[in-house]
Amino acid sequence: MNFLVVVEVTLRRGIADPEGATIERALPALGFSGVSNVQAGKSFRMNVEAENEDAALDKATALAERLLSNPVIEDAVARLAEVHAT
Amino acid sequence: MSDDEFAQIEAVLGREPNDLELALYGVMWSEHCSYKSSRLHLRRLPTTGEHVLVGPGENAGVIDAGDGIAVAIRIESHNHPSAIEPYQGAATGVGGILRDVFTMGARPLAVMDPLFFGELSDARQRWLVEGVVSGISGYGNSVGVPTIGGELTFDECYSGNPLVNVLCVGALPTERLVLGIASGVGNLAVLLGSRTGRDGIGGVSVLASAGFSGEEGALDDAKRPSVQVGDPYEEKRLIEACLELLDRGYVLGIQDLGGAGLVCATSETAARGGVGMDVDVTAVPQREPGMVPYEIMTSESQERMLAIITPENLEAVREVCERWEVRATVVGHVVEPLIDDDGNEVGMLRIRDGFDGEVLAEVPARSLADEAPLYDRTRERPSSLDAVLDDDPSNEPVGSTNEDLLSLLVDPGWVYRQYDSQLFLNTVVGPGRDAALLRLAGPGLPVSTRGIALSTDSNPRWCALDPRLGTALTIYESVANLACVGATAKAVVNCLNFGNPEHPSVMWQLSEAIDGMADACSALGLPVIGGNVSLYNESGGVDIDPTPVVGLLGVLDHLVAPPPGWNWRAGDALVLVGVRRAVGERSFPLGGSRWATRRGRRGGRLSEIEVSTLRATIDFVVGEVAGICAGMASDVTAVHDVSGGGIAAALAEMVAVTSVGAQVAELDDFAELFSEFPGRFIVATGDLDAFATRAAAAGVPMVSLGTCGGERLVIGSTVDLSVDDIAATRRGALEAALSALS
Amino acid sequence: MTRIAVVVFPGSNCEYDALTGVESLGADAELVWHSTKDLSGFDGVILPGGFAHGDYLRPGALARFSPVMDAVARFAEDGGAVLGICNGFQVLTEAGLLPGALQKNAGLKFLCQPTTLTVTSTDSILTANATLGQELVIPINHFSGAYVCDDETLARLEGSGQIILRYVENPNGSRGNIAGLANERGNVVGLMPHPERAMSTLLGSADGRVLLESFVAPRVRA
Repeated sequence: MNFLVVVEVTLRRGIADPEGATIERALPALGFSGVSNVQAGKSFRMNVEAENEDAALDKATALAERLLSNPVIEDAVARLAEVHAT
Repeated sequence: MSDDEFAQIEAVLGREPNDLELALYGVMWSEHCSYKSSRLHLRRLPTTGEHVLVGPGENAGVIDAGDGIAVAIRIESHNHPSAIEPYQGAATGVGGILRDVFTMGARPLAVMDPLFFGELSDARQRWLVEGVVSGISGYGNSVGVPTIGGELTFDECYSGNPLVNVLCVGALPTERLVLGIASGVGNLAVLLGSRTGRDGIGGVSVLASAGFSGEEGALDDAKRPSVQVGDPYEEKRLIEACLELLDRGYVLGIQDLGGAGLVCATSETAARGGVGMDVDVTAVPQREPGMVPYEIMTSESQERMLAIITPENLEAVREVCERWEVRATVVGHVVEPLIDDDGNEVGMLRIRDGFDGEVLAEVPARSLADEAPLYDRTRERPSSLDAVLDDDPSNEPVGSTNEDLLSLLVDPGWVYRQYDSQLFLNTVVGPGRDAALLRLAGPGLPVSTRGIALSTDSNPRWCALDPRLGTALTIYESVANLACVGATAKAVVNCLNFGNPEHPSVMWQLSEAIDGMADACSALGLPVIGGNVSLYNESGGVDIDPTPVVGLLGVLDHLVAPPPGWNWRAGDALVLVGVRRAVGERSFPLGGSRWATRRGRRGGRLSEIEVSTLRATIDFVVGEVAGICAGMASDVTAVHDVSGGGIAAALAEMVAVTSVGAQVAELDDFAELFSEFPGRFIVATGDLDAFATRAAAAGVPMVSLGTCGGERLVIGSTVDLSVDDIAATRRGALEAALSALS
Repeated sequence: MTRIAVVVFPGSNCEYDALTGVESLGADAELVWHSTKDLSGFDGVILPGGFAHGDYLRPGALARFSPVMDAVARFAEDGGAVLGICNGFQVLTEAGLLPGALQKNAGLKFLCQPTTLTVTSTDSILTANATLGQELVIPINHFSGAYVCDDETLARLEGSGQIILRYVENPNGSRGNIAGLANERGNVVGLMPHPERAMSTLLGSADGRVLLESFVAPRVRA
C-alpha cells in the first residue's frame, strides 16, 4: 500500500534558532501580537510503500533519522497525512 | 505584436503564420530579444580594436589578454524579474550571465553587480535590497564564482523599477574559443542541463518588454508565475561538464538558453551558421506534465545549454555528461538550407512532433533571430529640460559642510561581505575600492603574471541632465578607476537601462547616451565589445532616469605586488593630480553632484573636461601604479580618483580606511570640494619633490594639497571632522538605513 | 615527498585552491573524485570548501554518504592526517569523525571577511608548527559556520586540548568561539576559516602558511 507521510524536522531544545527568533521579532511590527515560541523547521512529504501504517511510519522515521535530520541538533517526527489505495 | 509586424511575417512566410509560429515570433521579436528599438542607434558605437577577438553579436565579447589567454566579458540586466521576486530574479540573473561567458569556452572567474533601488526609508526597498543581495550571494557563492565588486545606488526614480545588472568575466586558453554556430549537415543539437518546465513562459514579452502598472499588488502578482527559479548546483555541474567537453574538442558550437529559451538558441545558432535545423519537441526532457510545443520552445527554465556536435562524438559526450550528472539529450539535427526563388540559401527552423513527425512550425531561422523590424522611434529632447539646466545648484546656501560630507559617506561592506570575493586565489583588490584587480590565472589557463582589472560605473544624475556628456564622463571616470590599480583600459561593455521607448524623450536619452559613449570611446581608442539594453523601466507612466551602466576591462602586464590602494601614512604629502578645473563657465560644476541631489537640487549643467589632459593624466597614473604592481619601489603610498561626493568624499574615504587624518590647507572653496568631474586623482607620496618632478616630466598638472596625519580631517576652514566620526558614520550608514523600522 | 589527496564532491569549489596551497609548500597533491574507495598511498587527505551536493538538506549531509567517506574513516583510523576546511569541516561533523555540528551564522547572512584567530592547542596535524597563543589573520567564507555542541561535549573538548583555533572576535556565534578543532588523537582536524586563502601577502595575508606547513610536514603514523 502507498501512504503519504509527512516528516517534520525541528531544532532540538537548547540549540540556538536565530531564524525562528528573527521571525518572532518581526511579527509585532506587522500587526501580529501574542505570537511566541516561533520555531523554524523543515517539512518533507513522501509516498511510502509499506504493508500497513505502522510499517510506513517506521520506514519514514528510520530514513528521517539517517538522512533528513542530524540527531546532534535536530528532532524528526513522522506522521501520516492520508491513505492512498493502490 | 503590431499589425505591421504581423504583415511582415506573412510576407516572409508567403502565408499566414499558424499559432505556434506566431507565438515564436512573438517572443523572438519582443523588445528584450530583438532590440528593435535600439539596434539602429547601437550601430554608432565603435566596436573594433586589434586585441578584439569577438565583438558584439555573440554571447560575450572576447579580447586577447596576452600570454595565450583570452578574456570574455558580458553584462546583462534582470530588472523586471527582480522587482517581483528579488532573490530569484537576482539569482537567475547571475546564472544567465555565467552561461553567456562559459558558452564561449571561458571559465567564469568573477562577477560584479551594479544595483539601483529607491530610497531605503521605504520598507519595500529594504525588502528588495535584502532579497537581491541574498540572491546574488546565494547563487554566486554556491556556483563557485567570486563577486568582486559592483555599485549600489539609491534614488527615488528606481522605487518602482529596481535595476539589477550583472557582469561576468572569464578566461580561457585562446584556442578553446568557440562560437554559437550550428554547422555541418547531419550534426546534432544536444540539450544539456535541467529539464524544461513552465518557468518564465513569456518572460521576455511579459516582463522585460512591458512596464509595471504601478498599482501595488494586483497586476504584479499576476506576473509572479513568470519568474524563473535557479539551481546553482546544477549550473556548477553544467559549467564543469561544458568546459570538459570543450577541452576534449567534442563541441563545434555551443549556446546558452536564456531569454526565449530553446527557440532562441536553435534559431540563433542556425542563423549564424546559415543552416537549417529540425527540432523534435517530444525529445525535450520535461519537468511538468502536458506541456505543449509553444511552452517547450519558449520556456526559460534555467541551467540549460545547446551544444552542436558530430554524431560520432555523441557517446563520448554522453559519458562526460553522465560523470557530471548532467542530462544530455539530442533534440535537433542540422539540415540543409532550402534554396529560394532567387537562388539564395534559407536555413529553416522546423519544429516537429518526433524527428520524422509532423511539422508543427516552419520559419526561416534568420527571420526569427536577426530580422525583427528595426524601429526608428521618435526622439525628442524634452522641452522641460532647459528650465532644469538653468536651475543651477550653485546658488544653494552652503550650510554645514561637515554634516553634508558625513551624509555622503557609505561603506558598502554590508553588501560585499555577503559575497565570496576570494575564490580562485586571484583577488588582489576586491570590492570596496576604485576597481577590482585580479591575477589572470585559473584552472586550465597558461601560466601568466598578468592581471586584469574591472570597474562598473554609472551616473544617472549626470545623464538625466545631459545624456550625451554624462555618458562620456562616465566612461572617463571608469577608465580613471582602472588607472588607480595600474591597469590600461582595453574594452567596454554596457548595459543601457532606460524607460519606455514609446516616449520620445526616452528615445532621445538613449540615442544621446549612445553618442556620448561613442564620443568617449573614440577619444580613448576603446572598443565596445558587447552590451545589453533594458527598456520599459517605468512605473505608473514615470520613466527611470537614463541609466547607462558601463563595465570596463583593463589589463596589467606584471602583477607581483599589490597596488598602493588608499593606504596613506602619517607624514605623507597629499597631492591632487590632473586638471584642477573643468572647462568653461563653471570651474567646479555642482549640477548632478551627489551633494546637490542630497539637497534636493536636481538641476544644473555638466561641464566639459580637457580630454587630452585627461589622457595624459591617466597614462601617468597607470605608469606609477603599474610600476608598483610590477615590484618596483616607489614613494607613492595611496591613489584614489575623485568621483561621487568630490574631493571631500575621496579624502574622507581614505581617512576612514586608514584611521589617519589629513590637513588640507590648499582647498577652501566648497564647490571645489563637492564637484565631481572626472580626471582628478588624490595621491599620497613619501617624497613630494620626486613625485612632482615625474609629474612635470609627464606634462601632467598637479597641485600640492597638504599632509596626512593626526586625528582629524581638516580642509581649509570648511571641513573639520574627527577620524573616528568619519569612520563610524561611514561604517554604520548602510546597516542603519536597512534596519530602520518602517 | 608528502602525498595529499584533495577530495572533490560534486559542488566542491575550493579544491584547486587547496591543491595550489599544499603544492606551493612542496607537497605532491592530486584531486580525487568522491566515488574513490581507496586512499592508500596518500599521507594526508583534504576535504575542501565549497557546496558539496549544493549544500542541499544541510551542508555536508549528503556528502557524508559519498563512497569516499568510508575510505576517509578508515584512513583516519589508521592514523592518516585528515583536514576538513569549511564545507569539509561540515562533512566531518555530519560523518561523526568530529563532534558537534555547524549551524547558520547568528547574523543569518553569508560572511566573507578576514578574521583573527588564536592558536589554542598545538596538539594537532594542523597546528603542530604553530606556537600557543599565536594570532593568525585568515578569511572565513560561510553561511553556516556557527559551531554548536552540548555542554558535556564542550567540557570534554575544553579539557582535552582538542580546540585548536578560536576566534578573537566571534563573527558567527560559534560556541566557545571555536573556529577549529581536532579529534582526540589530533590527526583529524576541521576548521571553518580557509588557510589556503592566506598563503600570500599579494592576496592579503600569508598567515595560513604555518597551518598548511604543519599539515604537509612528513610524519610517522601513530
